[in-house]
Amino acid sequence: MQNFPILSFITLLPILGMVIILFIPKKQEIVIKSTTLAITAIQLIAAIILLKNFNYALGGVNDPSSFQFIEKFRWIDITGFSWIGRIKIDYFMGIDGISVPLVLLTAIISFIATLSSWTINKSVKGYFAMFLLLDTGMMGVFVALDFFLFYIFWELMLLPMYFLIGIWGGPRREYAAIKFFLYTLFGSIFILIVMIALYFSTTEVLADGTKVFTFNMLSMMNPQNFTATGILSPLNPNNLRLIAYIGLFVGFAIKIPMFPFHTWLPDAHVEAPTAISVILAGVLLKMGTYGILRVCFPIFPEITRQLVWYIALFGMINIIYGALCALAQKDFKKMIAYSSISHMGLVLLGMASLNSMGITGAVFQMFNHGTITAMLFLIVGVIYDRAHTRGLDEFGGLATQMPIYAGFTTLAFFAAIGLPGLSGFVSEAFVFLGAFGFTSIRTLTVISTLGILLGAGYMLWAMQRVFLGSLKDKWASLKDLTFREYAMLVPLSLIVLFLGIYPATMLNLMNSSVNAMVKFMANAQTMYGSLLH
Amino acid sequence: MNTNNLNYLVNSLYLIKPELVISAIIVLLVLVDLIMLKNKKLLPYISIAGLLIAGYFIIEHFETNSFAFSTSSSAGMLIVDPFGNFFKLLIVFASILVVLFSVTSVEIKNSLDRHGEYYALIFGMILGMMFMASASDLIVIYISLELVSLSSYVLAGFTKQSLRNSEASLKYVIYGGISSGIMLFGISIIYGITGSTNLYEINSLIQAPQVQSLTFLLAGILIFVGIGYKISAAPFHFWTPDVYEGAPIPITAYLSIASKAAGFALLIRFIKVTFIQSIDPEGFWHLLSIIDWKSFIIIISILTMTLGNFAALWQSNMKRLLAYSSIAHAGYLLLGLAVMSNEGITAILIYFVVYAFMNLGAFFVVMLIANKIGSEELDDYKGLSSSTPFLAVSLSIFLISLTGLPPTAGFIGKLYIFIALIDAKMIVVAVIALLNTVVSLYYYVKVLKHMFLDKSEKEIPAISTSYASAVLLIAILAPVLVFGIYFTPLVDLAKSSITLLGF
Repeated sequence: MQNFPILSFITLLPILGMVIILFIPKKQEIVIKSTTLAITAIQLIAAIILLKNFNYALGGVNDPSSFQFIEKFRWIDITGFSWIGRIKIDYFMGIDGISVPLVLLTAIISFIATLSSWTINKSVKGYFAMFLLLDTGMMGVFVALDFFLFYIFWELMLLPMYFLIGIWGGPRREYAAIKFFLYTLFGSIFILIVMIALYFSTTEVLADGTKVFTFNMLSMMNPQNFTATGILSPLNPNNLRLIAYIGLFVGFAIKIPMFPFHTWLPDAHVEAPTAISVILAGVLLKMGTYGILRVCFPIFPEITRQLVWYIALFGMINIIYGALCALAQKDFKKMIAYSSISHMGLVLLGMASLNSMGITGAVFQMFNHGTITAMLFLIVGVIYDRAHTRGLDEFGGLATQMPIYAGFTTLAFFAAIGLPGLSGFVSEAFVFLGAFGFTSIRTLTVISTLGILLGAGYMLWAMQRVFLGSLKDKWASLKDLTFREYAMLVPLSLIVLFLGIYPATMLNLMNSSVNAMVKFMANAQTMYGSLLH
Repeated sequence: MNTNNLNYLVNSLYLIKPELVISAIIVLLVLVDLIMLKNKKLLPYISIAGLLIAGYFIIEHFETNSFAFSTSSSAGMLIVDPFGNFFKLLIVFASILVVLFSVTSVEIKNSLDRHGEYYALIFGMILGMMFMASASDLIVIYISLELVSLSSYVLAGFTKQSLRNSEASLKYVIYGGISSGIMLFGISIIYGITGSTNLYEINSLIQAPQVQSLTFLLAGILIFVGIGYKISAAPFHFWTPDVYEGAPIPITAYLSIASKAAGFALLIRFIKVTFIQSIDPEGFWHLLSIIDWKSFIIIISILTMTLGNFAALWQSNMKRLLAYSSIAHAGYLLLGLAVMSNEGITAILIYFVVYAFMNLGAFFVVMLIANKIGSEELDDYKGLSSSTPFLAVSLSIFLISLTGLPPTAGFIGKLYIFIALIDAKMIVVAVIALLNTVVSLYYYVKVLKHMFLDKSEKEIPAISTSYASAVLLIAILAPVLVFGIYFTPLVDLAKSSITLLGF
């Protein structure tokens, strides 16, 4: 176990699967689907093994020695000239308590989404090849600790996502796909610039004593490693750290998506096939908040403290604005899409609190939002497959026609609203408690709680329109859930229930890392302050 | 005295072995064409063999650092140094591919009776471009530029089959004639001021403070016009879309790589050698303040890339689209020069290798598709993914690489340009260039959209690719993917090629 490169395995396995699929004849659709299912199942098992061997006591965050399952070897090493130093890029992977929940989430969602993709019947081979490439990209982002590697994975998932929405999506798929592509690429150029600028501001001492620039994210978190003249070095009085921070933040915020960069999301969700909506809401959105937590916060702690009020403000806007938009939707899927925006606002708010409670809430909310929203999109998919419409007003009384379906929907809706006993409640409570405890953002927190009320409003109203009232004649032939749909919804429901009743499993997992993060952020002021004098 | 003169000529001959080989091949091609009237199959083999020999000689003398044809009174007409050799190698490489393209091209096959001229003209271009890459004298610069231009005018209109073919050729001649005239005017002014045509001598002469800077500024910019036309920098790019659209595809591909590379080699050498004052240990150049080349190049490059990218958005013909994309890429390449540092030049060299693979690859696929469907219109690309998945996927990879997304080689090329820019603290320029990348994504993806997302209205038969073409395509495709993940050899090559004679 100790020597097995499990992170590379879990990340690159889907690519291997993609290569296998490319060699399977196009006609063998069932073989292609089964292969993908097998690959994602192995990935899920590997993620569970990873979890079992994970040491809860180690913090990680900025301390290289307490990261786990580290894989590090020299990838690119170019000896320098006098005028340009050695260029060195590491293949550096590792996980801590902040990335573990997301690695697990990615594995779960990929597996469920494969099941959900079973109904795809248009160029199956291409679909699953792209799907697996996407899987690698997502997983890679959560395990990479070298900024360069992180960026490669970050960009790797753009193209598969474009095709998955653009080929297998709904009527306006081309527009939605290119909009998604352009928005995210626009965001990543800022990430790229800051990455290069950070590279020229950070040095690392090698074993032989030479100092080289580095893409290592953990080295960027230690102020001792900054050069005297780098443009993003705090030692340089004319540094551009504030501007770089905003650029980086915008790059990640587009992915969340944070208001006002959110307009790609409803389009992408509405047009994407169900499985891709599940992936999009379940995992992709978390890459934005994860990026902020993994890159923005620890590399720019002093700027984060400076801007924390604005982060909370945008969190609040997301919560309220998303909820209000959701309230106005007539399309089931669009409503869920806007509710995602609202719930991701909670993550922002939780992170902005900078205390253990809030950040725990934020990370937990990422996981819960992943599972709950995945359920919600699957539920929309179920009804759309049968009725070929998603208009909330076109249904009514489905509870009598599809009672089990109605049961699962109720569970998912209540979890999304944050009903006690379900996982959503715990993370929302943590976020609000944490944020309320931070005096400077207390007002924003109080306003944000309005989001809960609005959330209950749109969810219950949707419930009423779809399931209550009298059944329309044209829906009298709708069948209840099939075995495959059970296989997707039951595991997610169990997770939602279990984490609602006994959240400690997940909380313990991230506890050490969250505490390390909070401690690091709290010391930032003194640490960076003393550097300047 | 006389023997002395001859001696200096003979003594330098060993330095220009590659050029001698190319000249010999020109003669050989013409002779073979005359003797074997019917059998034209031999010509491409002779060409490839000649290019391989020339390539061997370049590699053999790669590390040479010397003047050629220098006398006691003059520094020398040509320079043989790693920088020039790098570009010569690139030109030879592109030429080999273009000869292979020509063999498979239906357009070229249709004019079989004139194959002798075709290959002879290509070699004329090669010879000119090689001299461009190593010229250190304004007269040699002008003559080599003209040699390239005259050969390419004819090649652009070679097939004579369509109106657009002749139009392309004529436009090329007119624009080319004007810009080389302007350039010659600039050269004459410099000669008038300094009394010399040798770049090194001019450099030492203008170190003196009493140089008339305004006249010199004018002359410098006039010369830039001639070179800017060759690399299709805005605002001297007007010929590019028309010529690229009208010329046969192998020639279009050739113009977009080889003549651009030679133009850049010339531009870099001209600016660095003529205007350099000193190089600091960090690798940044300090140029004489006569001309503010840095600002000038930044403006030209931003103009070039923005114009190229935005104009490409509205194109519906693949060749025109790639023409505007090549204008945009000239803009990115110019940024590497605008940094005015060794690092920037390294970035340019890396970019050129990558660009050669991805752009030639893209044109090759466009040609293979045109061979079958007889069109380069984007509308005819609809549904290509089902009729020829292999070509569609290959073209997608080349286009993604041209956009500069990881994990393709195009990303590495762009990355090094941005590394150079950010190291030189030119952040705003880097942001503008990256925003341009976002714009470019739109039109590259538009091609992908046509191939994968749209359905064709008419029935397209399955397009088969010959075995040889497939192998060649994979050979071009593999480096685009491999260099995207492991680029150490690429950077090492570029770093060892950075040396210009004297610096």
